[in-house]
Amino acid sequence: MYEFRDRVARESGMELIVYQNPEAKARGINPFEHGSQVHTDLWKTEGLKQALDLHNFDVAFGGARRDEEVSRAKERVFSFRSANHRWDPKNQRPELWRLYNTKKAQGQSIRVFPISNWTELDIWHYIHLQAIPIVPLYFAAPRPTVRRDGLLLMVDDARFPLRQGETPVMRSVRFRTLGCYPLTGAIESKAATLPEVIQETLLASTSERQGRAIDHDQAASMEKKKQDGYF
Amino acid sequence: MADTQQGSAEARTLIANDIDAYLQQHLHKSLLRFITCGSVDDGKSTLIGRLLYDSKMIYEDQLALLEADSKRVGTQGQNIDFALLVDGLAAEREQGITIDVAYRFFSTDRRKFIVADTPGHEQYTRNMVTGASTADLAVILIDARKGVLTQTRRHSFLAHLIGIRHLVLAINKMDLVGFDQGRFDTIVSDYRSCADSIGITDFLAMPISALTGDNISARSTKTPWYNGPSLIEHLETVPLEIDAAQTRPFRMPVQWVNRPDLDFRGFSGLICAGSVMPGDTLRVLPSGLTSLVSRVLTPDGDALQAIAGQSVTICLADQIACSRGDVLAAAEAAPQIADQFEATLVWMGDDQLLAGRPYWLKLATQTVSATIQPPKYQINVNTMERLAAKTLTMNAIGVCNLATDRPIVFESYEENHDLGGFILIDKLTNATVAAGMLHFALRRSQNVHWQALDISREARAGMKNQRPAVLWFTGLSGAGKSTIANLVDKRLHRMNRHTFLLDGDNIRHGLSRDLGFADADRVENIRRVGEVARLMTDAGIIVITAFISPFSAERQMVRDMMLPGEFIEIYVDTPLAEAERRDVKGLYKKARTGQLANFTGIASAYEPPIAADIHIDTTKMSAEDAAALIVEYLIGPV
Repeated sequence: MYEFRDRVARESGMELIVYQNPEAKARGINPFEHGSQVHTDLWKTEGLKQALDLHNFDVAFGGARRDEEVSRAKERVFSFRSANHRWDPKNQRPELWRLYNTKKAQGQSIRVFPISNWTELDIWHYIHLQAIPIVPLYFAAPRPTVRRDGLLLMVDDARFPLRQGETPVMRSVRFRTLGCYPLTGAIESKAATLPEVIQETLLASTSERQGRAIDHDQAASMEKKKQDGYF
Repeated sequence: MADTQQGSAEARTLIANDIDAYLQQHLHKSLLRFITCGSVDDGKSTLIGRLLYDSKMIYEDQLALLEADSKRVGTQGQNIDFALLVDGLAAEREQGITIDVAYRFFSTDRRKFIVADTPGHEQYTRNMVTGASTADLAVILIDARKGVLTQTRRHSFLAHLIGIRHLVLAINKMDLVGFDQGRFDTIVSDYRSCADSIGITDFLAMPISALTGDNISARSTKTPWYNGPSLIEHLETVPLEIDAAQTRPFRMPVQWVNRPDLDFRGFSGLICAGSVMPGDTLRVLPSGLTSLVSRVLTPDGDALQAIAGQSVTICLADQIACSRGDVLAAAEAAPQIADQFEATLVWMGDDQLLAGRPYWLKLATQTVSATIQPPKYQINVNTMERLAAKTLTMNAIGVCNLATDRPIVFESYEENHDLGGFILIDKLTNATVAAGMLHFALRRSQNVHWQALDISREARAGMKNQRPAVLWFTGLSGAGKSTIANLVDKRLHRMNRHTFLLDGDNIRHGLSRDLGFADADRVENIRRVGEVARLMTDAGIIVITAFISPFSAERQMVRDMMLPGEFIEIYVDTPLAEAERRDVKGLYKKARTGQLANFTGIASAYEPPIAADIHIDTTKMSAEDAAALIVEYLIGPV
């Protein structure tokens, strides 16, 4: 994933800024010992907020879609965050017609979701039509995995501590969604090309966020995370 | 519950056997956006849940969660409560109502759909208007047991107001009235008279049951007397607004001038009506200049033609001025330009409309400053009665005249939603406070022209050997504004400067004697003083004003009327406690005992300037010293 990111940045000539929350790094926060909630909060939510503050960005673009999850269904295309990155779902600007109110106060920032109204199928379809390169993890390949708490987790990394009795098994798997490792579970699949992936997605009987551990933390967990500043 | 997978059987076969053919089919699906109007009681959320369920858009894990939630908080006993699938935020779930606009997505073999789900109660009028603004069709839900209600009337009125052309009257819960044709016919007939009074000429009525699925995806055998389509069939075939827009004259609001280097200059934007091809003659508005289209560029390169709904870059043969906010239009059928309008406003802000206060008005890609006149009338959304109103509060709908600070390119909302629909933005809080729909330009704005004067303002000021200015004092009542202003006036007079002092109390004896002290009156009072001050600066005079002028928006409005640097804001800063202790006119005492309403600092807000040009702290500086400081600021060291 990182390799893909670096290559895309290099080939397009974009300036890539990488930031890691120094506190999370110093304390060695990981999902195995600290749980998905602490891990996500420190690495993703806090890390993002620190990076946005550091560079004083007015706008951060995101690829979130309204069809993903219930709390996202009410998200605006231009979503405002207070100076300390809070989202106030009850106090959002109405968005009428094609008119977006982009005026913001000093210190406020905007999360913009241009593909809010796309569906998962639209995304795959567009990638297919435009031949957009994607991370290989989306394609099926034999990978070492263990089954834990109902998720199929990939073990190809020394960071992954095995529990007693767990032995990695080679399975043909791929990922429907790439959250942070290893909070996202894989699915067993043989889909190795884009049309096969789309075919499988369309015939699937579970939603893409099903593989994400963070949504299962607690009821309405995404809404809570978003209020705290999660993308 | 056996089949919980996505898509119809035929689609699934096609996906399994020929994914490329399926993708090709999906590529050509059109998108219909619609809104459902009704309350939870009418089965609105159940209907949306049913549409998702019938079009196989619910996954196993979502269904499992839904089943668990249904048992925990549902209202349908052991049955699935589809409403839970649709109600989003945690707080709303607990209250059992939806309080925002939620968008849901599903598709069938023929079309993709986005449904806006908004609450039905009157206090959520603004949410419904928001959801309706992007919809081509509205489903008005009626409970067959209850028939046409006040809210049915309100929803139909709002859908019509926002210009939705296709209305479906979905008479729901037919299973509870035994699929009785008589009941259905009575409701349709009641609704027809309601629709007539609103001005709705066309609607399609259908008997449905969202709970049992009758007439949703397929025509029901229980309503043999009904010959119309099922709801899904109708949604799949109703004509789209974007297709109708293609036959109208060309319009494209310019979003961005694309000028990567000296050799290329293109105008980018979304075509909102008509079509364009190289060789067409376009008019740039508001300038009115024309030129030929040399190229039409899409993300795939040069195109022979582009149509409404496409985002393109247009190159013109001539180097004519054109910037963001301008509109490219068919030369022979260009839209109008004006700066005064009649419009319908739907108020959405927490703070009420302040007539006379400038708001940002955003229409297509144009953003201008606009002031609204007091409403001609407010419309009762339940009865359509016209009521007298002085202002508009949240969810109120009214008709007002408004004026923009410069001419804008527009069409009536009825003709073109993109060039007739606008939002108002509060200049201080940046909140979107209203949505508006232009009716027409006021004739006076087209017939009253600015008379050019032969003697310039520079010549008038030059004769007085001075530079005109406005010394604008602001501060609490009793802060010392008039005292210091008088001293400044005297000093300048002694220096042979031609000045005039506009005093708050004096103005209220004449020019503003029809105004009270409510917020809207204060705004209008300051507007009048600003206009007078502007005329006086045109005459070359140094104007000194002493008004509480409590709101920063109005002080900014007056500043914007003047040339840069001419408006000098002087904040006479006296703490409330100190002003009240002095109480020169005895007004604070009256206000404290309730004899004086809306008194600034007590019952009405004072917004101190954030960056005044001159800040006078009267607890540290005498009135004489303050006057000397101000004169020095204006004239320079003496």
